[in-house]
Amino acid sequence: MTVATQAAYVASSPIPAIPPPSAHAGVIGWLRANLFSSPFNVALTIVCALLILWIVPSLLRFLLIDAVWTGADRQACLATPEHPEVGACWAFVRDRINFFVYGFYPIDQRWRVDVFFAALAFGVGWLTWLDAPRRDICLIYFFAVLPIVSFLLLHGTPGGGLPLVETAKWGGVLVTVVVAAVGIVVSLPLGVLLALGRRSEMPAVRLFSVIFIEFVRGVPLITVLFMASVMLPLFLPDTWSPDKLLRALVGVALFSAAYMAEVVRAGLQAIPRGQHEAAMAVGLSYWKAMYLIILPQALKITIPNIVNSAVGLFKDTTLVFIVGIFDLLKTVEAARGDPQWATPVTSTTGYAFVAIFYFLSCYAMSRYARYVEARLAQGDRR
Amino acid sequence: MNQVTSFLRPAPLNTDVAVEMIGVNKWYGDFHVLRDINLKVMGGERIVICGPSGSGKSTLIRCINRLEEHQRGRILVDGVELLDDVKKIEEIRRDVGMVFQQFNLFPHLTVLENLTLAPIWVRHLPRREAEEIARHYLQRVKIPEQAEKFPGQLSGGQQQRVAIARALCMNPKIMLFDEPTSALDPEMVKEVLDAMNELANDGMTMLVVSHEMGFARQVANRIVFMDEGQIIEANTPEAFFASPQHERTKLFLSQILH
Ligand SMILES: Nc1ncnc2c1ncn2[C@@H]1O[C@H](COP(=O)(O)OP(=O)(O)OP(=O)(O)O)[C@@H](O)[C@H]1O
Ligand SMILES: [Mg+2]
Repeated sequence: MTVATQAAYVASSPIPAIPPPSAHAGVIGWLRANLFSSPFNVALTIVCALLILWIVPSLLRFLLIDAVWTGADRQACLATPEHPEVGACWAFVRDRINFFVYGFYPIDQRWRVDVFFAALAFGVGWLTWLDAPRRDICLIYFFAVLPIVSFLLLHGTPGGGLPLVETAKWGGVLVTVVVAAVGIVVSLPLGVLLALGRRSEMPAVRLFSVIFIEFVRGVPLITVLFMASVMLPLFLPDTWSPDKLLRALVGVALFSAAYMAEVVRAGLQAIPRGQHEAAMAVGLSYWKAMYLIILPQALKITIPNIVNSAVGLFKDTTLVFIVGIFDLLKTVEAARGDPQWATPVTSTTGYAFVAIFYFLSCYAMSRYARYVEARLAQGDRR
Repeated sequence: MNQVTSFLRPAPLNTDVAVEMIGVNKWYGDFHVLRDINLKVMGGERIVICGPSGSGKSTLIRCINRLEEHQRGRILVDGVELLDDVKKIEEIRRDVGMVFQQFNLFPHLTVLENLTLAPIWVRHLPRREAEEIARHYLQRVKIPEQAEKFPGQLSGGQQQRVAIARALCMNPKIMLFDEPTSALDPEMVKEVLDAMNELANDGMTMLVVSHEMGFARQVANRIVFMDEGQIIEANTPEAFFASPQHERTKLFLSQILH
């Protein structure tokens, strides 16, 4: 064996970087790797392509190409000899959009709802921006200031100022957003408390938390809503009969708190014992240790799951229409029966509108969850 | 300003005896992990505890700041007995610093925040003073330039020195170390031992679980040898190494010193 062959594995000169072989790069490489890597995958690709070809064009035709965009009443959306195929009747949605957004909220007061949406959007933006400054103030804003201000804004201030608008007049997107927002704003702190309670060393606290969580999780949301709207008044004095929306809100908040508690508990369990011990060893009390050391870490890794819960909750809010509350779905239900807009496509259009609204909202939320997950996976240190 | 300077040296003890354990027993379920432990540590004394794995060394020092609860006997820290009173326990923990084998730094906080957190939230120091103290101790453990980094960005040795500084920022009277160098690569052991050495020179009362016999020889006033939950031998380093009394001590020493 010569010296040269012995040393064959040692680079004899600097090796320049070269582009990868074509099979692994570019469009063809990507197609081969992702769509046609095995006979099974080839079959799957073809089936999916056929499905897409079958569904997407007719969907596009209905929603966009044949759709009616303008018009004052049902005449615009009826089939005529020169326009035999009628797609979605967006004219109906445009005509009724204010009802879908505000319900029966008085027209001259609707700016209050707009301010509420803006304040909420600001809070959500601040809360979800991972590198945001002053997150401590953000928490106070979102979990204390915003709820109180929103309530006064939407419901009216007691001493005059803003006139009273009963919740019976609220409706549409406003109610959907209020129910979802209250559900999240209340269930997060409550869920954290329940999760801590479930891990507590005090048997009574632990037992209460376990019973509450397991009971609520073992019951469908509809049942909780019925119980909140029918049974709650039985426990309370007649003089203090809470309003319908409030009862539903209590039901939704308690329901989502039980789920949030389990999500948070998973996060708490992921924090090593050493963190608790180090916090105790420097003399932090239980609550300070939780607030300063454990929860910031646990909640951070839990964000994707919290957002996923929020997505579920957001969709579940449609169930409140069963106890007679005018959420978005219910307003569409009410509007689609209006004789002024009675056409064969009105209902479909209304439901398509609701579906698109929910899809866009939920898709945005799950994209955010994915983004956070990616950031966490990157080993982001903040 | 007065407050800051008082934080820069070991806090004085109220009594002569820093830690006293009288007839301490502890069980994990049926397992008798500490058996009738009697130990008296005087102020300024430096004790090194060694012994085979599972002999109860960690459990013993963790009982001193109530990370573990003893079931029988008495433990007094600077004259205050460890009982169930949570407030008392928190008071004792303020005055007893602890350094863990796995560092246990707070990964979501910068080094500086790790150091100032407890002084601010437990000792109620103003942030400015807490940072002054923190920077002083970072200087002492020779990593002043790492203040703004996160723990995950530091080497093991640097992390452990931050952990020591974190404990010192609370101005403790007593320091507990549970195998502070066993999770470190060999080349980082020295930098941590140096920091501990310096602390010993300041007159800090220290209880150190360690198998670093060089350190023990140099720094300890007494070496305590544990086996099966008992203190088998306690002696000055000279006597301990030169003439171990017990068979098990001899065996242990022969294994550890090769
Ligand atoms: N939480 C616990 N529950 C039950 N047994 C435990 C627990 N913690 C420790 N033990 C057991 O108690 C014994 C003493 O543990 P300890 O950690 O004090 O030993 P050690 O001397 O520090 O050992 P090492 O050198 O390995 O750290 C071991 O046998 C261990 O398995
Ligand atoms: Mg140990």
